[in-house]
Amino acid sequence: MSESTPEPLPPVAANDTAAQPAAGRSGLDGGTAGEVLLSIQGLSKSFGSVRANRDISLEVRRGEIVALLGENGAGKSTLVNQIFGLITPDSGTVSIQGDAAKIRDPKDAIARGIGMVHQHFQLVPVMTVAENMMLGHETTRGGGFLDLEAARSMVRELSAKHGLAVDPDAEVDDLPVGSQQRVEILKALSRKADLLILDEPTAVLTPQETDELLGVMKDLARSGTSIVFITHKLREVLAVADRVYVLRQGAVVGEVATAATDARRLATMMVGREVVLSIEKAPATPGEAVLEIEDLRVQDDRELVAVNGFSLTVRAGEIVGVAGVEGNGQRELVEALAGMRKVVSGRVTLGELDLTRANPHRTHHAGVGHIPEDREKHGLVGTYSIADNLVLNEFDQEPFARRGVRQFAAVRENAETLREEFDIRSSGVMQTAGSLSGGNKQKVVVAREMSFRPRLLMAAQPTRGVDVGSIEFIHRRIVEARDAGAAVLLVSAELDEILSLSDRIAVVHGGAVVAEMDAQDADRTEIGRLMAGDH
Amino acid sequence: MSETSTAAQPSPPAEPTPREPRDRGGLLAYLIGHQSGVVIVVALVISLLVGAALIRYQGVNPAYAYETLLREALVTDGALTRTLQKTAPLVLTGLAVVLPLRVGLFNIGGQGQLVTGAVIGAWVAYVAGGLGFVGALLGMVVGVALGAVVGWVVGVLKAYRGVHEVISTIMLNYIIAGISFWLAVGPLAAAGNSGIAQTELIPEAARLDAVAGVPVAFVIAALLAVVCWWVLSRTTLGFRFNTVGANRGAARYAGIPLNRIVILAMAAGGGLAGLAGALEAEGTLHRFQPAIAGSLGFDGITIALLARANPLATLPAALLVGILRTGAAGLQFSTGIAPEIVDLLLAIILLMVSIPVLGTWLFRSRAAKVSVASTSWGS
Amino acid sequence: MGTWVQKNRTTVVLAVVVVVAAYVFYYAKNDIAPSMFGAAWDYAIPLVLAALVGVIGERSGVVNIGIEGQMLLAAFAGFFSAAATGSMVVGILAGIGTGLLAGGFLAWTTVRWRMDQIIAGVVLNIIATGITSFYLKSGEILPGVIPNLRVPLLADIPLLGEVFFSGRSWIASVAIVAAIGVHLMLFHTRWGLRTRAVGEYPSAADTAGINVERLRMINVTVAGSLAGLAGVYLSMDASSSFERDMTAGRGFLALAIMIMGAWRPLRAMAMAVFFGFVNAVASQLQQTGGFSVPPQLTGTLPYVAVLVVLAVAAGRVRPPGAVGQPYVKKDQ
Repeated sequence: MSESTPEPLPPVAANDTAAQPAAGRSGLDGGTAGEVLLSIQGLSKSFGSVRANRDISLEVRRGEIVALLGENGAGKSTLVNQIFGLITPDSGTVSIQGDAAKIRDPKDAIARGIGMVHQHFQLVPVMTVAENMMLGHETTRGGGFLDLEAARSMVRELSAKHGLAVDPDAEVDDLPVGSQQRVEILKALSRKADLLILDEPTAVLTPQETDELLGVMKDLARSGTSIVFITHKLREVLAVADRVYVLRQGAVVGEVATAATDARRLATMMVGREVVLSIEKAPATPGEAVLEIEDLRVQDDRELVAVNGFSLTVRAGEIVGVAGVEGNGQRELVEALAGMRKVVSGRVTLGELDLTRANPHRTHHAGVGHIPEDREKHGLVGTYSIADNLVLNEFDQEPFARRGVRQFAAVRENAETLREEFDIRSSGVMQTAGSLSGGNKQKVVVAREMSFRPRLLMAAQPTRGVDVGSIEFIHRRIVEARDAGAAVLLVSAELDEILSLSDRIAVVHGGAVVAEMDAQDADRTEIGRLMAGDH
Repeated sequence: MSETSTAAQPSPPAEPTPREPRDRGGLLAYLIGHQSGVVIVVALVISLLVGAALIRYQGVNPAYAYETLLREALVTDGALTRTLQKTAPLVLTGLAVVLPLRVGLFNIGGQGQLVTGAVIGAWVAYVAGGLGFVGALLGMVVGVALGAVVGWVVGVLKAYRGVHEVISTIMLNYIIAGISFWLAVGPLAAAGNSGIAQTELIPEAARLDAVAGVPVAFVIAALLAVVCWWVLSRTTLGFRFNTVGANRGAARYAGIPLNRIVILAMAAGGGLAGLAGALEAEGTLHRFQPAIAGSLGFDGITIALLARANPLATLPAALLVGILRTGAAGLQFSTGIAPEIVDLLLAIILLMVSIPVLGTWLFRSRAAKVSVASTSWGS
Repeated sequence: MGTWVQKNRTTVVLAVVVVVAAYVFYYAKNDIAPSMFGAAWDYAIPLVLAALVGVIGERSGVVNIGIEGQMLLAAFAGFFSAAATGSMVVGILAGIGTGLLAGGFLAWTTVRWRMDQIIAGVVLNIIATGITSFYLKSGEILPGVIPNLRVPLLADIPLLGEVFFSGRSWIASVAIVAAIGVHLMLFHTRWGLRTRAVGEYPSAADTAGINVERLRMINVTVAGSLAGLAGVYLSMDASSSFERDMTAGRGFLALAIMIMGAWRPLRAMAMAVFFGFVNAVASQLQQTGGFSVPPQLTGTLPYVAVLVVLAVAAGRVRPPGAVGQPYVKKDQ
């Protein structure tokens, strides 16, 4: 399996501490200072024809923080999932403290001192923190009954020791994401992890929470825990990691000590070329108000108030970015605007039309294009062809249907045009959407939602899970839609995306807009503070 | 220009070549996919071999048994007509499962819906018997309507109250069995021989018999199979059905009214089963008796899965079941094997066509591991 | 304890009302009440066992539509094994063993092969009908009866003792013990914690080192033995014969009861008794004949009740998060 890819061993920086395997560090709690804890040799893994990891080799020493940097789809998650026993490598070895025995499953990994905090938290939502903590290594007392008291005191103890406050009796479902992450970290630590893997841990955190987490990571490393830290955010790598491995298309393309590099060099390595950190666009020339949201209230699936008095105006020819930590009502806001969720109170108007009580059919025909947050769940039918997906909300309109009978020639022609125009890479328009890559799937959605020249374009997390090439493409398209006179509402958890695309920024917290500003006056720290609810 | 930094012309990383499409789309993509034909044939062969072993175990020569069965179903005088007559309601009960399956609902209440159509169809055709064929037609229409009402109830309970259709249809089967039995001994009972549960005989003019050896009922059923196929594959309504079945979230996003489609699919299924009942009453017994349903409703499930939710394929699938059921009667006469052997054979066939592992063995492909059809429980 | 009462106030109030009403009825209508309560529990016994099968399956994330078929096969195997060997013990063991096998079939098809769980269950039911109707023989008789069990002390309690603790076979007692046992195990043991995790959020269980597929396989298979016992009860205890389709939809009633009992064993038992009572009222109506309701219609009362209660309750209870979905590891 391990094929001879050109081995791109990077220029190792002169002051690279990693280059001295025996180099001792002092002040560590246990183990030999600087000893190699994790060593990976020639690891490869393919899924079908996709080569997710190619011949990867790396090392992590005790008490070291190593970042795995790479864009979406570079193979970072696949790599760490193999370390944790969730995925079996096709070839290559993973050795823990010199022991190269195969890691069969997570149980095996845990037993060998590996802990992992997953990108999607692996907590049972309806159980308490204590129950989640004990799951998989339960303590029992007389007669095999669970000893919940022991679990509670373990939570309290660990929580005090590491300064991560959580209530052992709280139900996970009721906790904010930041706390859920603390539970995840504590869970890993409770298993006495020597090596902690953190998969995109900051994706759901505010900048402040992120800083806190980075502090915790440093503390842990100081006390001897090794950390593998997956991210695509350069700032975090530079702030906390000792060394970085850069992955691209499944292979390690570089390894450097953070002290010897900078953001621009890392970015170039990550993408393989000079990167666009921002998009080129002309200043906005906003016209009349298109979307007006007044004092909107919407509930989430659990019938709790998610959007709470949200007001915002989006004018023709401008991009308004909604910045905020995920879970502050953005999803419910977009779904309500799209007519997919009931509005409790307030008003939504599109020009002269009242869309407060509209259904998705009406919203669409009123001229709202909607790039949904979850394209697999809402945006596409995976088993349908690209062509059918491109008419998903127009299938019953002329020329795609006449008197209730579908007109396949028109559907196909439409698809051919859009495939060309939006650079959807596929074997043909009859290929199923489910078999496309993330970026191309998203292009199908974007093509569909832009093809009818919407008055309002709503883009929710438009580049999530999309490769860099497609990100640039989609960003350019969004700006073009604006220039063509559409009002654009951009909702994104990526502050960088908001900052580079928006003309105006609305910061959302607790379901309401807490600040609005011109993009030119926007300041990252300030927005971070507002996102955290400090206003 | 509010530029920040310059962009090199993007040369996106080569993405892995996508795999060739394996399926044509639709809810039951794999199920309708090209491979399934082979799987079905192999499944049938295996089933018949297992059936042969069981027949041998009963002390009968399997070849003789199968030959007798086929002869009794196809060759002997009037056999083909009887078989087609038997096949007609089976096509319809099969379709009654297929349509809801396309939107992700599993209608196992064909039995009750059929009984509804049978009892009401028989009564209407009797009352309107003086009108001749119009009376028969009226019986059918009313049978469809009431069958659809039963399906509609299931759909409404599902869409608005979250009651799972598998539970509600089974409950309705028992409820309808009780009510129809009561009707047949009470209000609608035939005069004279009290004690026997049956309604009055339908006048000859309002019966649906065979024309030139082809039962009218079969023609109607076959036409409806074609219509269902056309609607599902060629119309916007079919697109709505398929989209709801394939991805509810996307259907909602696309502005398709989920609840209405769910209810419509169930009502359509119920109507088809109701029609099956009316045809059976007007075409075979010429009256309603509680035993009229036999296992027609449940055979519909086997037929739908055998047909992989394709309306056109319900024709051969129903014909197969019709042959087995018709032939079985003669089988008992000449070999002593109970006609319930067909229940057993159909169970084996159903098992063979529905276990995904057969596809895996035949094709060694990952896709074959996917289940043959998907329904929804949690939602 | 105090907080528990506060949290479950409606349940507690309801329970007290029901118990008081039952005793009032018991003393006021001494002529019919005892037999009605007895009939109610008789009807409920297999439903309790079958509902537990559903609870264990769905708590682990597997829908079991095939309980009906499991019971039917077990009733068949139990009855005819006993008749053939002349031993009730062999019959009972054969019934339970058949339940296990049928459970294993469902586990294998849904967990290992990831067949659609509802279709797998329906297939199991149709197979059960096919086998039992073809191999059915008439004229067989049971070699004996399942002995009654009188629980000392408890049997002397008025009403409760009479209904639950005396005059019934040990299968009735097993049903009570099983409901309490499954409740304790589900909410207070390691197995229960893991089972609930696997049914709610299997990937969390997987990453915590729990073998999701294995636990599901074991649970669904072992639960089959309870369906087996329910089948044995039907053909060897409640009646002494095997008839076609003798389960009469009880497997589906049990699923409805499981839903109305919010996937909790003890609540499900209470709901089963409630349905037993509905049935007892129905047959009482037939016997007294005071109303001119034909027996064919009163016989449908339990099924109508299920529809009505589900229509009111189904939307308000939350099923386990991962029910109906096969767990696919990242690798596959």
